[in-house]
Amino acid sequence: MSARMLRVAAVEPLTPLVTRFRFVAPDGQALPLFSGGAHVVVEMPEGDLVRRNAYSLISDPLNGSCYEIAVRREDAGRGGSRYMHSQVKEGDLLGVGAPVNLFSLDLRARKHVMIAGGIGITPFIAQLKQLARLQLPFELHYAARSRAEAAGLRLLPDLPQVHVHISEEGNRLDIGAILSAQPLGTHVYTCGPEALIDAVAATGARLGWPAAALHSEVFMAPPPGAPFAVTLASTGKTVTVGPTQSLLEALEAAEVPVDWLCRGGACGRCETGVRSCHGTIEHHDHWLSDADKSAQTRIMPCVSRFSGTSLVLDL
Amino acid sequence: MTLQFNDETFRDDYTFRNSPEAVRRFPFPFDQDSYMYSVNLEPHAGGREGSPFEKRFDVDEHYVAEMRDREITLQEDPLRCQSLPHMELAGWDFLELVMVSKSEDYPDWFTLNRDGNRWHWINRPLGIDQHFTFLDATTLPCGPMEYITRQTQGDHALLDQRDDNLWMDAGMVTSQADWSLDFDIGMNFFEWHAPVPKAAEMGVFQRALKYLLNLQQGKPVRRLNWTMTVNPRLDTSPENYHKWGPEKRTMTPENVGAKQHLRVELQTLWRLPRSNAIVFPIRCYLCSLEDLVTVPKWGRRLHRVLRDLPEELATYKGFAVNRPLIVDYLSRFDDGAPTSPGIFPD
Repeated sequence: MSARMLRVAAVEPLTPLVTRFRFVAPDGQALPLFSGGAHVVVEMPEGDLVRRNAYSLISDPLNGSCYEIAVRREDAGRGGSRYMHSQVKEGDLLGVGAPVNLFSLDLRARKHVMIAGGIGITPFIAQLKQLARLQLPFELHYAARSRAEAAGLRLLPDLPQVHVHISEEGNRLDIGAILSAQPLGTHVYTCGPEALIDAVAATGARLGWPAAALHSEVFMAPPPGAPFAVTLASTGKTVTVGPTQSLLEALEAAEVPVDWLCRGGACGRCETGVRSCHGTIEHHDHWLSDADKSAQTRIMPCVSRFSGTSLVLDL
Repeated sequence: MTLQFNDETFRDDYTFRNSPEAVRRFPFPFDQDSYMYSVNLEPHAGGREGSPFEKRFDVDEHYVAEMRDREITLQEDPLRCQSLPHMELAGWDFLELVMVSKSEDYPDWFTLNRDGNRWHWINRPLGIDQHFTFLDATTLPCGPMEYITRQTQGDHALLDQRDDNLWMDAGMVTSQADWSLDFDIGMNFFEWHAPVPKAAEMGVFQRALKYLLNLQQGKPVRRLNWTMTVNPRLDTSPENYHKWGPEKRTMTPENVGAKQHLRVELQTLWRLPRSNAIVFPIRCYLCSLEDLVTVPKWGRRLHRVLRDLPEELATYKGFAVNRPLIVDYLSRFDDGAPTSPGIFPD
């Protein structure tokens, strides 16, 4: 949670929508090493608001000289990626948290198969470097709409195990073909849009893959939405959440302390109790069980929103 | 450093002794006059000067003798050290953590020189001078985890993190409070804790696991655990129960103060960088009752804690049979005076 200030050493556009940022320690110290699939949370101060977004590390996990991330500009998002693209310049200092991995390789696997859709390629860039170092067998499939949008082309090594599928060129990803041709003991990792993850899960289930051999990370940023208000049970105070703000950000702006780690609905750290709910919680997380979600007694303020007349939180 | 390493044994003639300084710095585990399970984790970020919490990996007067005892145990039973094949990277992570920490915290005893992946490690107390290539296990006499845990006091479990759980997939376990690595290897967090009474229904393990899955690099945490051991024996393993179990029946009102030891584990938990595994060092400290009661606060408090402990906890910790004897002995050092908060001597 505590960030350290790192200097932006390089800003490099990879495609019209995706830019790579390199961070180094201002004092030249080595940064903590990490494992492939790890992310960092980058702090973006804007006025009296601090926005925090999680980005996968794409630099070499075993090289502490810098951290690199690739940020896709989401014009319909809450503004974090727009900030990175429009405000952040070489030489700037930004707060960057310690690496956290919620999407690590299962090192028991006999072979690692990675399937990436669009900007979902990012966690695999560091994993490829780790796998190369460990000399473990792998193959990677990268699907993008068009060559111009495919930032991964600039980041992926030129290796026979790397397969690129550009749908505009008619070379679509065939998940059934990939999954049916793997040796026993293979693990599959998917990162990208939810539809891709669901398709890999469904195909894996149909082909009899063990669920524990299928791993995924939804590329999850807090979605914007209609403004809403919540009430804090302890003080009766009301906190208003703006359309491009997450509930967690609004609570932070109101100086209500909530513990957090991933800010993407995955780690469970910010889970908060709901005292009463008149309306509908829009659960966007991958943490709460379906039963918890429908009971409307818990909420993940990092990604979830609310519509209705009143929501009282155990805070 | 002026510390002398003791020449002592933890078996047969049991010549283990704590110096008066070692008694004063003993990690007494009770911060109040009663005990119940709790997760009780706190940041492992230093502590009172001279205490076992000060350094990342405490090295004390028992270091050399404990490593000798580990060697004997391993010789008799090599399965006390196991590492499943996917855990080698975690072993390197842990080796680095220990070598860096000890060389920084105890520069007179340990030196680490690094030139890229070419490392040179000097361990003066154990007389080791080793050149090796980091991440190349063929350059060490054994695997990285075994290598470094033969030079580090305490047991160590390496926990792999996957499927929202932790898995005990490697470890070095020779000074354990009656659990077996050979039995637990490959188990997940709930499986290896299954024998613990009461805690599961209290939801302790769910909360602890959730906390540990989110443990962050550079932010290790610690807690204390405890049990009771007759004679200063490190290897109280199920494998060797036939050797130490019967010793419980050798206590008398005359020898209980010298024979009965409070056994405290300083447990720390660290996220490892390259492997994303967690290392769980379990460091064992022993102190006889007659030494403990030289600190009046500890004598009073230990009496009250053991007297009032629920029966199933005394059974689980294996001293129910001797509890009356122990409590009777300790009652002589409890005048009923109030005790100060916290674990340290007054």
